[in-house]
Amino acid sequence: MEHIVIIGNGISGITAARHIRKLSDKKITIISAESDYFFSRTALMYVYMGHMKFEHTQPYENWFWKKNRLNLVHGYVTQVDTANKKLILNGSEEMGYDKLIIATGSKPNKFGWPGQDLKGVQGLYSKQDLELLETNAPNNEVCKRAVIVGGGLIGIELAEMLRSRDIPVTFLVREDSFWNGVLPEGESQMINEHILEHHIDLKLGTNLKEIIADENGWAKAVVTDKGEMIPCTVVGLTAGVAPNIDFLKGSGIELGKGVKVNNFLETNITDVYAIGDCAEQHESIGNRRPVEAVWYTGRMMGETLAQTICGNKTAYNPGHWFNSAKFLDIEYQTYGWVFSERAKKDHEQHFHWRHPKEKICVTIAFHRDTKLFLGINTFGIRMRHEILDRWLTEKRSVSYVLEYLKDANFDPEFYAEYEQAIISCYNSHYGTNIRPKKKSWKRIFSNV
Amino acid sequence: MQIIKKIGLFIFLIGLTVFTILPFIGEFKVTPATMDQIIREKGISSEFFIDRMQENVVGKQFQGMLSLSPKITQALEAANAQHRKNKEYKKIIYTGPHDLAATVGKGSGSGFIVENKGLMWFLTFGLGIIGALLFIVPNVVLLGQKGIKNNGIYHENATNRGWIAWLVFVFLVSFYLVLYFRSEFAVNWTYLVDPISEFLSGNPAGHWFVYGFMYCTVMTVMAVRMYIKYRHNMYQMVRTTSVLFFQIVFAFLIPEIMVRLQMPYYDFKNAFPLDYDFFFQWNLKSLLNSGGIGLFILVWGIVLTLVIVPVMVYFFGKRWYCSWVCGCGGLAETLGDPYRQHSSKSLFSWKVERWLVHGVLVFAVGMTMMTLYSFFTESGTVLGLKTQSVQNTYSLLIGAFFAGVIGTGFYPIFGNRVWCRFGCPLAAYLGFVQRFKSRFRITTNGGQCISCGNCSTYCEQGIDVRAYAQKGENIVRSSCVGCGICSAVCPRGVLKLENGPLKGRINPTEVLLGNDVDLMELVNNK
Repeated sequence: MEHIVIIGNGISGITAARHIRKLSDKKITIISAESDYFFSRTALMYVYMGHMKFEHTQPYENWFWKKNRLNLVHGYVTQVDTANKKLILNGSEEMGYDKLIIATGSKPNKFGWPGQDLKGVQGLYSKQDLELLETNAPNNEVCKRAVIVGGGLIGIELAEMLRSRDIPVTFLVREDSFWNGVLPEGESQMINEHILEHHIDLKLGTNLKEIIADENGWAKAVVTDKGEMIPCTVVGLTAGVAPNIDFLKGSGIELGKGVKVNNFLETNITDVYAIGDCAEQHESIGNRRPVEAVWYTGRMMGETLAQTICGNKTAYNPGHWFNSAKFLDIEYQTYGWVFSERAKKDHEQHFHWRHPKEKICVTIAFHRDTKLFLGINTFGIRMRHEILDRWLTEKRSVSYVLEYLKDANFDPEFYAEYEQAIISCYNSHYGTNIRPKKKSWKRIFSNV
Repeated sequence: MQIIKKIGLFIFLIGLTVFTILPFIGEFKVTPATMDQIIREKGISSEFFIDRMQENVVGKQFQGMLSLSPKITQALEAANAQHRKNKEYKKIIYTGPHDLAATVGKGSGSGFIVENKGLMWFLTFGLGIIGALLFIVPNVVLLGQKGIKNNGIYHENATNRGWIAWLVFVFLVSFYLVLYFRSEFAVNWTYLVDPISEFLSGNPAGHWFVYGFMYCTVMTVMAVRMYIKYRHNMYQMVRTTSVLFFQIVFAFLIPEIMVRLQMPYYDFKNAFPLDYDFFFQWNLKSLLNSGGIGLFILVWGIVLTLVIVPVMVYFFGKRWYCSWVCGCGGLAETLGDPYRQHSSKSLFSWKVERWLVHGVLVFAVGMTMMTLYSFFTESGTVLGLKTQSVQNTYSLLIGAFFAGVIGTGFYPIFGNRVWCRFGCPLAAYLGFVQRFKSRFRITTNGGQCISCGNCSTYCEQGIDVRAYAQKGENIVRSSCVGCGICSAVCPRGVLKLENGPLKGRINPTEVLLGNDVDLMELVNNK
């Protein structure tokens, strides 16, 4: 029986394992040094905040693995011997494989800051990071202040976590507005305001210069590039993540930023594959980046690779870009491409609407000349994935999207509706006369 | 703000303490006149019992129900034993010993509590309400920006099965045991609400009136908590208002007012088989003897169960009943909301749930068929089984223990929908309709799910919502009561409760939206 070994029990590795099991009877082994069972990394914040217990982050009950003959091995792969098709676990144990799937995810970036390895300095990525944070910052008596370095999604999550225990937080953001390398200006500005509403000391356009130690080797303060010294107990380093592939050096597997793969997720070595955060595409797909550290792309790569491994060779071909996140209390969804001012091309034009009082806004990107709908960002409004995906495939115009916007609304029942306000704003801006159509189930289900 | 909360908690605890002490104190003096009246009303013909009472009880002063109650129950049990032995079946007293003790107690209370009903009401209900509101209302400020506020739920003792949760558990279970099985200890509570009961129905309050009044009070106060906690979520606001309205108007006020108008006591929204004794002989007789209104209730009750309930479930899902109208659901969604995370999501619980809830439905329907057979044929037994004893068994096991003691008492430990999930026969019936013929579903939003587990954790019905959401499948489970909390707590906007066409309601998706279209076709068409 063919032995499939998967390194990493995150969403990519587990999805691959589940789908291989659905399609075949192969022997499957999953190796992890992080946790006994698969858990949802994105939910770690809720454990610290007390919304959930760790066990709630595990999507499958513990009996699931044995029942589906998914062999779980606790261990750390120290070496991959591709010539003899075997792994070295924990420095000594050997394990053979017929096909190897590398799904080891990411690790937090550190950019060589002085003091970055002091006690009290940590990232937020793994289960161990969560446990460390519980020790470093159990409450606001032990942790008098935390400084977070890096204004991305993990940074704002860490800030929210610490604020849930009333720990004062200073948030150093390199950009002059929060996440404005990704978000258009109006949205980024709204999130700046919301961060301040949560009593987070937001310092924009500020970089970390060094972290200062006390006599016991603990962080006691950070110094910024503006010369300011901020006393603190905990420093959170959240300046993005990078593929976790150090153990593969010297294995003969081609590495770049991540493990280099073609669009069948194959590495340069036969029978070795890489999926998820740690994989780097030789050529980027559409506007997507070669390394995509996103939950659902990991899942999709797992689904795709399972097909290939089970004899139905399938290329990884993600559809239209979409994603979502939550900034403190504000939900964010994006479908298609809406680039920030920094990243957008000349032909990309934005229509932005913001609610006069609430923290709700929408940005629609479209082609300046053809009026082709390119993408939409919504804050505080939920959208129906299926509909927007269809509109992108059908290459609809921006006026079509506005006209049928009600079909795409996914907010809970009885919520206030904003389509009318959004459309009148667009009409007065561009001198058009678009009228919203009533929501139609027939249209929503027309492609099912 | 924290200080106001603490003061509120202190005041609430004073009110609760006074309320808890009441069953054990108070003076009772049984006058000969009271005794005569009870003997007449209950039609008691046992000289043995009357003699014993005259000897031990009448004319004497008792301090607290603990000293009075045993005298009455012992007299009754001794009398009945004597009569059974002597085969004097006509003299046996069929009123339960504790019910009789409650009746005697109600007629003989004297002293401070009885003379100061208003003051005592204030010291119990009044302080409880004021304290609880002082504890709850500062959250408007303390919770900060509107949004989901579940911070600390698993850190706090009260909501994480700590000692406070266990104390609440013991208190609630004891309260229900008193209510169902030792009602004489509720006599002092009835005095507190006598003025309200007399205003509404014209009669002094019984212990079920205390329960009804308390139910409404608790729901109202805890609804304030819901309004504050979920103030960003219109679905929760509207739904909370709806359950509150149906509890206060339909379950509490209308039946009391009907009594005042010489009509039968009836809760128009309480559908059979949740209202399990609707077809019991005494109820049918009472309805048939109440003229036009009785007949109307009879027809309404039947139409409600056979037509209105399933038709509404077809259009809106069972949520229209379970979390918009029903009283049990109403308490679960207000008082029970802090405990919703305790329902077990394991596959094992789901198996237990299906056996139990459908078992109760079979039991309820079987019992009702026996009842109707007995009613029309006027025979007391069906296939050798005594209808009366089957009814008694159901009332005790399901009506009292399952729905009351376990259903509400176990809130802090097993979550707020134990009864609705494992026991309610109406929920089982509605569940069939919802699963197989309804426009209701919880739509999963394509590929947006990140498997975080908030939805599953906060599902009060123990549905592993995430298991569906992460596969991109809509949720059409029969047990879903449509509370909408999964949708509310989802950080990625994945879930939406909606009523739509049957086509496309169940969406088999082997590969989620977002992955290459060809692959989707390949897998789904295979």
